[in-house]
Amino acid sequence: MKAFDYAAPASLPEAVGLLASQPSARLLAGGTDLLVQLRSGRKEADVVIDVKKIPELNEITFSPETGLTVGAAVPCYRLTAHAAVQTHYPALVEVASWIGGTQIQGRASLGGNLCNSAPSADSIPLLIALGATALVAGPSGRRTIPVEEFCTAPGRNQLAPGELLVSLHIPAPAPHSGASYLRFIPRNEMDIAVVGAGASVTLTDGVITAARIALSSVAPTPLFVPAAGEALLNQAPTPAALEAAAQIAQEAASPISDMRGTAAYRRHLCAVMTRRALELAVARAQENN
Amino acid sequence: MSTTYNVIGTRPVRHDGADKVTGRALYGADLQLARMIQGAILRSPHAHARILRIDTSKAEALPGVYAVVTAADFPPAPADKIVDFGEGDTPLSSLRGNILASGKVLYSGHAVAAVAAVNAHVAAEAAALIEVDYEPLPCVLTAPEAMAPGAPILHEEFANGNVADQIRYEMGDLAAGFAQATLIVERELDTATVHQGYIEPQNATAFWSSDGRIHIWCSTQGSFVARDATAAVLDVPVSQVKVTPMEIGGGFGGKINVYLEPVAALLSKKAGRPVKLVMSRRDVFTGTGPTPGSRVRVKIGVNDAGKITAAQSWLAYEAGAYPGAMVVPGAMTVFACYDIENVLIEGFDVVVNKPSTAAYRAPGAPNSALATETVLDEIAEKLGIDPLELRLRNAAKEGTRRADGPRYKRIGCVEVLEAMKASPHYNAPLPGPHCGRGVAIGFWFNAGLPSSATLSVNADGTVNLIEGSTDIGGSRTSLSMQAAEVLGLRAEDIHPTVVDTDSVGYTGVTGGSRTTFSTGLAVHDAAQMVVEQMKARAARLWAVEAVEFANGVFSANGQSLTFAELAAQLGSTGGPVSCSATVNPKGVGGSIAGLIIDVKVDPETGKTDVLRVTSVQDAGKAIHPAYVEGQMQGGTAQGIGWALNEEYFMDNSGDMRNGSYLDYRMPTALDLPMIETVIVEVPNPGHPFGVRGVGEANIVPPLAACANAIYRATGKRLNRVPMNPATILGL
Repeated sequence: MKAFDYAAPASLPEAVGLLASQPSARLLAGGTDLLVQLRSGRKEADVVIDVKKIPELNEITFSPETGLTVGAAVPCYRLTAHAAVQTHYPALVEVASWIGGTQIQGRASLGGNLCNSAPSADSIPLLIALGATALVAGPSGRRTIPVEEFCTAPGRNQLAPGELLVSLHIPAPAPHSGASYLRFIPRNEMDIAVVGAGASVTLTDGVITAARIALSSVAPTPLFVPAAGEALLNQAPTPAALEAAAQIAQEAASPISDMRGTAAYRRHLCAVMTRRALELAVARAQENN
Repeated sequence: MSTTYNVIGTRPVRHDGADKVTGRALYGADLQLARMIQGAILRSPHAHARILRIDTSKAEALPGVYAVVTAADFPPAPADKIVDFGEGDTPLSSLRGNILASGKVLYSGHAVAAVAAVNAHVAAEAAALIEVDYEPLPCVLTAPEAMAPGAPILHEEFANGNVADQIRYEMGDLAAGFAQATLIVERELDTATVHQGYIEPQNATAFWSSDGRIHIWCSTQGSFVARDATAAVLDVPVSQVKVTPMEIGGGFGGKINVYLEPVAALLSKKAGRPVKLVMSRRDVFTGTGPTPGSRVRVKIGVNDAGKITAAQSWLAYEAGAYPGAMVVPGAMTVFACYDIENVLIEGFDVVVNKPSTAAYRAPGAPNSALATETVLDEIAEKLGIDPLELRLRNAAKEGTRRADGPRYKRIGCVEVLEAMKASPHYNAPLPGPHCGRGVAIGFWFNAGLPSSATLSVNADGTVNLIEGSTDIGGSRTSLSMQAAEVLGLRAEDIHPTVVDTDSVGYTGVTGGSRTTFSTGLAVHDAAQMVVEQMKARAARLWAVEAVEFANGVFSANGQSLTFAELAAQLGSTGGPVSCSATVNPKGVGGSIAGLIIDVKVDPETGKTDVLRVTSVQDAGKAIHPAYVEGQMQGGTAQGIGWALNEEYFMDNSGDMRNGSYLDYRMPTALDLPMIETVIVEVPNPGHPFGVRGVGEANIVPPLAACANAIYRATGKRLNRVPMNPATILGL
């Protein structure tokens, strides 16, 4: 690993200013991706800007009216331990507990997972299913990006030079709604998703009135499949309806063959994992009064 | 034979336990020496290429760089020289060629040059500044492809293309045997290249002193073998090299060969300082020796009574870049569990553009047992016979001759099969749908080889044990227990130390399941010598002719002294007592292991969940049953990983795409249930306590047992390992 300069701004304006003068700087939150990439030579850095010390990036706030805001550097362990998150976003707690082992969760953040922009990121399909948005700050002020539009290619995203992710916002869950994320890995832990599926469902009088489905590891970016959710609208959550949505998700996928699975196998899993994720989301919606 | 022991068969705490759990034990990477500098290795990005030019000038010019070496820095030596590693002979040219490539690179990851610099970062930066011009050549990655006409040739000097060696074992009349059969099943199965997966990467620190002496500190299964190989590669007398074995974080056969030791020495000679080299995980995967991928065909004929009338096998193993695939042991073991009259076995050692393979726990045997044991499963099913019963009808016994020549002395095949049949697991129902139970058995020879030990009696009644066997699986304790048994002491009264090659007699590798057997025999013999000398001291003390020794007490004519009491009087009866023994035992006893495994296969995802596992093995005599169980569980876990998910995933250019523990899918603790164990004890007549050695046979059955269990769960007989989820679904 090459030597690099390190800065740790204490405020967002300071960070934005620093980033403006060092547009090629690498941003460090927990470092669970960046440090590994630097060590392995996959990335290089002349300057690393640590954003962990910026208060706004470390906040978790929840209100039943507006929903949940998670600072970009909030480590997963704080999220999984947060009472309101546990109550209102159980699927988010599950996903945060799958990102690395216990020690990694002390550092790794949802914001980092999003900015690393891996097609296989476990948290992104769920964030998309939950309708999350990303708040970004930069030299020309702040802007909000829907999470499904954030990633643009493997390891690439909408952040312009000088911009950084401030926080993620997830709307308050509707009554009778449920969400889930399921991933397939050949082992029971310590693996990258071969295919992952995130789903959210809202029921009104037993009929699906909102549904969002997104996939991981089957396209150059985490893949939002709006048509799969729309196909469920105004339908009872019957096995046939869920299977039909799963088929739409499968058709939207464009997976590749690599060491984690063949394209044919991934395509097959898209339907299986989407259906299972929907079944779980529906079950949670039915329990959620 | 029913012998009562005081120490053997108990489970004392291991002598090195406190150091290891408190982090005080010193591994190679922990070593710090005055003026020590760090090295880095430059590796080939090509699987097959001619080296046109190496220019090290920019690396040498980088501030902080002390030395750069390439194959040109090896001293000249005869090309036909052979080096013995204890688990097979290696030509020096192959050994050197694998350590630093010369002329051609033969696999992606092949070491080309090395740098020593003030720290690891500068060394890595300097390595990247070395310019190598390659002429890429077509590569060949599997044995069947490498044997095909027109395949790219790795070693132009070989007479037979990429086939480095062929073996043939024949016995009886094959055609007549198959003519007697009423059912013949023939199958062909492939296995992927897999790695031992030890947790500690290879490392070596060397200091080449100005007086010509070379001191090496490294992680090795055999300090003397590392010494001899390093001396051979560097063309210096063995006495010029001293190897200090550091603690070892796993080896499984993969830490017998030397990779870094001679390079660190060459760098040290140039730099005039101690040089440390430590591999990364990717270096370990691409630059050390995995176990061969293989294609094995097995054809077995049986009569209506379920008696095997003939068996035939064809085996092609991928040696990697240099000859020496473990096809010979693969061929010797393919039918080793069975008493068969008519046999033909043909084996091919095939070079391919992958890392040069090394030993891995019963090397070669799991590959061939996969074919035999799945064919037998199919035969049992077709005949409507219980699969263990079919094996019992054909089990090897005392006097059974193997196709490669030897007749078995006492062998525990029937006893292992009976123990499997009687186990609670085999008699329990399966838990539900999509579940299957598989069984298989396997054989491993075990090894003898020389070992040495010294025992010296302390005045406080304890005994120091000096030995040269790297302690991988608790051998300090299993050896101390054998000394304690002879001396009538407790295991805790023996203080074992593993020392460097200048400080103990020659000792072979910790490999071949031999340490508890061979070094155990050396310890036993040295302990008996101690007893005899102590008896003489007591005789002198009491002025008697004969002294009895039993249960740690010396006695004669109504007088008695405990071992400790007599030890306290050694100073006044002639001085200290210490005894050394060096053995080269011939009475090796092979071990049979069996596995019962229950799996559940998700029909939608193809994922296999392992529900219940029972490992059964003939230990001869279990000196420390907990360590025997640990070996059985470890070999089983590795075999299950090999069966289900592990493989070198190479792209078409021969680059390994999954060279990390994230993507090289070994089972984690969450992937396996507690592995149940049944120790069978059919004593080996060739060892005073009956020890057979238990480190290896346990990895032989899991591949086939998993395949058979998956068949029972899914109705699919797969012809490829790993049987990963996509393979199970045919996707």
